[in-house]
Amino acid sequence: MFRSTPRASGYYRTGYGQDLALIQTRTERISLAILVTLAIALPFIAGPFLLDLACQVFLASIGALSLMLLTGYAGQISLGHAGLIAAGAFTTGILAREIAAPFWITLPASALTGILLGLIFGLPSLRLRGLYLAVSTLALHFIVIYLGGEYETKRGFSTGILIDPPSLAGFKLTDGRAWYFVLLLAAAASLMICINLLRSSSGRAWRAVHARETVAEALGINVAGYKLLVFVISSSMTSVAGCLFAYYRGFVSIEAFDLFLSIQYVAMIIIGGMGSLLGALLGAAFVTLFPYLIESLLALLPNIQKFAGDIFAVNYTAFGVVMILFLVFEPLGLVGIWRRLQNYFLLWPFKYRPLTGARK
Amino acid sequence: MQLFINIIVLASIYALIACGYVLIYRVSRVLNLAHGELMMLGAYLVLATASLFAGHPLVALGAAVLLSIVVGAMVYVFLMRKMTGEMVLAAILTTVALGILIRGVIVLVWSAQQQYPAQALNLANPSLTLVGDGHISLWSAVLVATNILVYGALFGFLRFGRWGMRMRAAGQNPLLAAQRGINLHTVYALAWGLSTLTGALAGILMALDSGVTGSMPIIALKAFPAALVGGLDSLAGGLVGALIIATAEVLLIYYVDPLLSDVVPFLVLLAMLIVRPWGLFGTREELDRV
Repeated sequence: MFRSTPRASGYYRTGYGQDLALIQTRTERISLAILVTLAIALPFIAGPFLLDLACQVFLASIGALSLMLLTGYAGQISLGHAGLIAAGAFTTGILAREIAAPFWITLPASALTGILLGLIFGLPSLRLRGLYLAVSTLALHFIVIYLGGEYETKRGFSTGILIDPPSLAGFKLTDGRAWYFVLLLAAAASLMICINLLRSSSGRAWRAVHARETVAEALGINVAGYKLLVFVISSSMTSVAGCLFAYYRGFVSIEAFDLFLSIQYVAMIIIGGMGSLLGALLGAAFVTLFPYLIESLLALLPNIQKFAGDIFAVNYTAFGVVMILFLVFEPLGLVGIWRRLQNYFLLWPFKYRPLTGARK
Repeated sequence: MQLFINIIVLASIYALIACGYVLIYRVSRVLNLAHGELMMLGAYLVLATASLFAGHPLVALGAAVLLSIVVGAMVYVFLMRKMTGEMVLAAILTTVALGILIRGVIVLVWSAQQQYPAQALNLANPSLTLVGDGHISLWSAVLVATNILVYGALFGFLRFGRWGMRMRAAGQNPLLAAQRGINLHTVYALAWGLSTLTGALAGILMALDSGVTGSMPIIALKAFPAALVGGLDSLAGGLVGALIIATAEVLLIYYVDPLLSDVVPFLVLLAMLIVRPWGLFGTREELDRV
């Protein structure tokens, strides 16, 4: 994967340590510092509504990052992402409800469920590819949802499972601001995990498997092992996101995890831009905030009362239209737009890249 | 006896829907996940034509069926045509997005409440008694008959019809077909039109039987395993697959747990994917990358 922006004007590395450094130029250091300051300052300026939005975006980005790892880098299509989130949320819900398990038990338990399900979801990928793999994950999604629904009805939680807010060392996590920092930390941690996985040998192996399996195998890459590995890592991350989701909402119900949620996650990585972690983040933010954007746009219309009852349908329609527009006109997604913008300013006053040498 | 009738009716529903998936997949290798929504659109179109041709139920039904062909062809011309040559996931997701769009539009136009096209058309739905004390509603019987008719017609069309032959050729090798002078875009549009037609027939007949709500596409999603179990590119496979899925579903609901209804098709599907991913009658193909 080439980097469209040059990071430094030349090659200044003199040691292996510098080669491994994530932040290499002063500009990067400054912009990162600004970003972190803004992220820390946000909860003290923003109201509760904006905080909630930010939390939702963080939760969605964990899921989107893990799906990007799976689909965008390793090339394994999954339409069962909502099932994995549901698995994490339900593990948390069941443990918290049945044995009153604390936070530090449910979180690893959710990750464990994710690992297990990742193995199950990953097994078909050893035999199936493309469309057929997508269908098998879709089938598994329905089975996970069925098991969750079965638990709900058999135990008499047909409306959903209530979960008490988690307490860490006697400190109850109820405040929106505290949640913001927890989720910010979780999202940042998943981003770091993804970055480091991708620049190590596992990331290179996944890209090779994506590009052409036969060649990857000829290069000595254990294709089956790496496919299972990416499924396991991706689904355990997703399950942890599900666990956090359950605690954040304080409530788990199987209705929240329908096929539409899976589609939303796939839409995130498509709209964001395939094969880019930045794309996963942008897509997560876009898809999460989109309904609110539509709602506020509708509020500007004069005869709002006419649409008030159908706001859900308007959202649906607009989401479908935006998804189609991205798929047809901007297959590279938001990252594609961002790169084009960068290139425009980098090359200015020229329009085109030189034919060779510029791309690394 | 009643159990047997239930199986036949459900199998007919699944088979009628499954042949829509098969038609499009066979000709253009695209999995149409908007099939359920297109089917539901057909059922709602009856509501529109019913008010337009009040008093002529047959004209209204015919108009709705014709409209659905046009809708299907338009979907290809305006949307799917642009997705030819894109990766599998993009094409699937375009159909998914189309489905979401149709669903939203339907709620905006017709509201989310349950509607009864049979009432709008002034058609009754009497229960017929068959030999062996089995009951079947009139429109379910019509659905079974329609299913047999549609499959017969499609077999004949694909085997003997000029355009049917072109469709098979385009499905086998698009490049060669195009070089022999077959207009691929027309063939693809025709496949989309026919597929939407069969879907709409299923949707309309189901709506006449028991009304239509926004949850209808789920039935089409459950019919998809039928298409895959039989083989995504085999018409006969759709029929057999539908029979297998319907039998498993009806029996399991009856003897084990009604809640299983939504998962049985997918359990069968998973079993099939493990044993024979290309289905009972499908041709083994080089499965492609993302």
